[in-house]
Amino acid sequence: MVSLRNHESTARDTRPRRGRAAGLAERWRALPALVRFPLAALAAFAAVVALTSVTGPAEDLRIGSVGYYMLAIAGLQLLIGYSGQVSLGHGAFMFIGAYTMALLVLHQPAFPLWLNMLITVAVSCAAGVLVGAATARLHGPYLAGATLALAVGLPALTVRFPELLGGSNGLAFSVRGAPPALAGVVTGSQWQAAAVWLTALLGLVVLATVNAGRLGRRMRALRDDESAAALAGIPVGRTKVVAFLISAGSGGLAGACQAYLLGTATPSSFTVALSLSLLAALVLGGLGSMWGAFWGAVALVYVELWGQELAHSLSLGTNVANNLPIVFFGVLLILVILIWPQGLHGMFSRLAGLVRRGR
Amino acid sequence: MRRPIVTLAGLMAAALLATSCGGAGEVEEGAQADLDVSTGVTEDAITIGTHQPLTGPAAPGYAQISVGHAAVFDYVNDNGGIHGRRIDYVVEDDVYDPARTIEVTRDLVHTEEIFAMLGGLGTPTHSKVIDFLNEEGVPDLFVSSGALMWNRPQEYPLSYGYQVDYTKEAKIQGQYIAENMPDAQVGHLYQNDDVGTDSEAGLNQYVRDMVVASESYDPGNTDLAPQVAALEEAGADVVVCSCIPAFTALLILEAQRIGYEPQLVVSSIGADTATLTGLLSEFAAEAGTEDLPAEQLLEGMIYTSYLPSVETPEDPWIQLYSEIYDEYADSESPMTNTTVYGMVQATMMAQALMAAGEDLTRQSLIDAVESQDWAGPGLVPFASTAEDHGGFSGALVSEFHADDEPEVLQEARVTDREGGDITEAEVERPNPDEVEFYGG
Repeated sequence: MVSLRNHESTARDTRPRRGRAAGLAERWRALPALVRFPLAALAAFAAVVALTSVTGPAEDLRIGSVGYYMLAIAGLQLLIGYSGQVSLGHGAFMFIGAYTMALLVLHQPAFPLWLNMLITVAVSCAAGVLVGAATARLHGPYLAGATLALAVGLPALTVRFPELLGGSNGLAFSVRGAPPALAGVVTGSQWQAAAVWLTALLGLVVLATVNAGRLGRRMRALRDDESAAALAGIPVGRTKVVAFLISAGSGGLAGACQAYLLGTATPSSFTVALSLSLLAALVLGGLGSMWGAFWGAVALVYVELWGQELAHSLSLGTNVANNLPIVFFGVLLILVILIWPQGLHGMFSRLAGLVRRGR
Repeated sequence: MRRPIVTLAGLMAAALLATSCGGAGEVEEGAQADLDVSTGVTEDAITIGTHQPLTGPAAPGYAQISVGHAAVFDYVNDNGGIHGRRIDYVVEDDVYDPARTIEVTRDLVHTEEIFAMLGGLGTPTHSKVIDFLNEEGVPDLFVSSGALMWNRPQEYPLSYGYQVDYTKEAKIQGQYIAENMPDAQVGHLYQNDDVGTDSEAGLNQYVRDMVVASESYDPGNTDLAPQVAALEEAGADVVVCSCIPAFTALLILEAQRIGYEPQLVVSSIGADTATLTGLLSEFAAEAGTEDLPAEQLLEGMIYTSYLPSVETPEDPWIQLYSEIYDEYADSESPMTNTTVYGMVQATMMAQALMAAGEDLTRQSLIDAVESQDWAGPGLVPFASTAEDHGGFSGALVSEFHADDEPEVLQEARVTDREGGDITEAEVERPNPDEVEFYGG
C-alpha cells in the first residue's frame, strides 16, 4: 500500500542553485500559478499539434486517448492524491460524461462542441455533488466500496432504458471533424486529437490552479490529518464534497472527450475494470503530482500496446499471448512501485536529480 | 492579478472559437470512397483483417472463429494461394469492447492496410466501425452477427451480412412450432438486446397467441433462476431460447435443478452443441455435480441452423474441415461448430477473391461478391446481391441426439424479415473439390 502522506507536492525546492538554467527555472517557478499553468498548457498543446502533424490517423487516436485518460486520472489525482479520498468508481463519471455527450450530439446536433463539453461538465459536477454529499461521512474502505458500487451499478441503466440509452449496444453517432476552412490543412483525426487535448489541458489548468490555491492546501490538510484540519477551522465536509465535485467534473469531461473521439458510448467501455485501470495508472504514474496523471495515461495506452507487440513477436500460444499485455502492465506496476514508491513521476524526478548533480 | 486572468480568458476564448465552427453533430456529405484501389495487395500477398474477442467475457467459444479463419487460410496458402498470392491474415483482439474495436479497426485499416475486413464480430462492436469502413472504402464482408443493420445496401454499400438475421430465424422457429406443436404453451427466453427484440418480432408473427411467458436476461448476470421459475409457473411446455451458448447451458441446468422439462427450441447462435457440452460439464463441475451427463441433457433439443455441423462427420465439407483443423489449427480444444462458422467464412472469402480474378481491386472483389452464385458449404441460400446484403437467408430445423447424428426435422426454408411467407428452398451443395477457393 502506498502511503498518501509521505510526499509534499507544494514544498518548493529552496536549495540555492547556480547557473543560468537554474535561474530560469527559479524565475519560472516565481511566476503566479495563473500565468504559469496556462503557459505550460499552451506549450503542451503546441507539442501535441506538432506531434499529430507527423503521425498517422491510428496514432492520432491513441494520442487523443492519452489526452482524455490524463484528464480523468488528473481528476482522480485531485481526489485521491490531494484530498485523500479513495474512489474505486471513477469510471462511472466517465460513463455519465460519455452518455451526456452522446445524447447531446444525437438529439441536439446543432449544439457546438464547446457547449456540449460545458453541459457535460455541469451534469457530471451535479452527479459529483450528489455522490460526494452522500459519501462525505465515509472514508477509507467504506468510501471505496460505495464508489465501487456506483461503477458496477450505473452502466446497468443502459439496459433499464434501452430506448433512450441504446441498451447494451450503446449509442453510436458521427461527429463533425475539422471545419471546412481547414479541410486541406488538418485531417479529421488530427482535429479530434487536438480538440481532446485542448479540453484536457484546460481541465488540467483548472485542476492545477485549484491545487496550488487555498482549496488545495485545505485538501492536503484533510488528507494528512482530518481531525487536525477540523481543529484548524477547515470545513471538512464541504472541502471533501468540493474535491469530489471537481474530480467528478474532470471524469465526466474525460468521458465526453472519449465519446467525441470514438463517436460512441457503450456500457461495456465503462466496466469496473476501467475504474480500476484508472486507479492503477494513477499509482503507476505517481500519487501527488499532476505529472503522475500524464505518465499514468501514457502507460495506460502504450504499455498494453507494447505488450501486444511483444506477444506477437514472441509467437506464444494464443491463451498466453492474449493475456500477456495485462500481465505486462501488472509486472511494470509492481516493479515501479517497489523501486520508486512515487511512481513513474518519482522515477523521472529522481533521474533528473541525478543528472543535475552529476553536472 | 489582472494579467493572469486576461491570459486565462484569452485561452478560453481561443478554445471556444476553435470548437465553435458549427454543431458537434453535423456531418457533411463525404465523397464516395475510391474502390479502384488495391490497398493491401502486393505481388505475392493479400492482407485480410478482422476484429475478434480473443480475451474477456465473450472470448470462450467465439475465440474459435479466428482459429477457423487462420486454419483455412493456411490451407489455401499451402495449395497455391489465390492466383499466386498468399493470404496474410491479421486478427486483432477487441475484448468485445466497442472502444477497443474502433481503435483496432483504425489500426487494421491505416497501419496494417488491410484489403478487406472479414467477419468482424459482434453487434455492439461492429456497429461502431461500419461507418468508418464504408467511408474508407474497405469491403466489409460477412459480419459475424445476425443484426439487421448489415443489410442496408443504400447506406452501407460495402457491408455484407453472414448469419441468418434474428427475425428470419425466429419466424422459421415460430412457424415450425405453430405447425408441429399447435397445442404448445410457448415461453420465450431472450437476451436483453437486439437479439431479443429482433427474435421476438419474428416469433410473434406465428405464435403470438400461444406465448404464455416472455422472460429476458442480461448477459452480465448469470443467475437465471427467476426467469426459469417464471417460465415454469406460466406453464410453458415449449421454451424458445434466443440466447448465446452460455445462457442456453444455464437454462438447461436451472431447469434440470428444479425438475422442469420443457421442449427447448434454440437459435443457431446458442445451439453449438459441442460448445454447449463443454459449458454444461464446466458449469456442473463448478456446482459440484461432476457426473452430470452433459450430452444427455441436450437430448431432444430442437434448434435452427444454416451451416453443416460437427455432429455430421459424413458431410464432405466437415470431413475437409476436420482434416484442415487437425493439420493447421494451433489449438488444444476440439473443433466446434463455432470453428466451422469461421471456416465457412474464410472459405467464402477465398471463393470471392478467386472469382475477383488476378487484377484484384476492391471494386473487383465487390463485383465478385455481388455476382457470386454461392454454392459452397452453407445449407441454405446466401444473399449478397446489389439489393440484398442479407447473408444466409433461412434455416433448417434439427433435433439433437446424444449418440447419433442430428435428425433434420424440416429442410431449408427461407423468408424475409418482414411479414412475407416462408418458402422451401432448393440448395445445391457441391463437394469441396468442385469449388474454386484456392489455386493459381
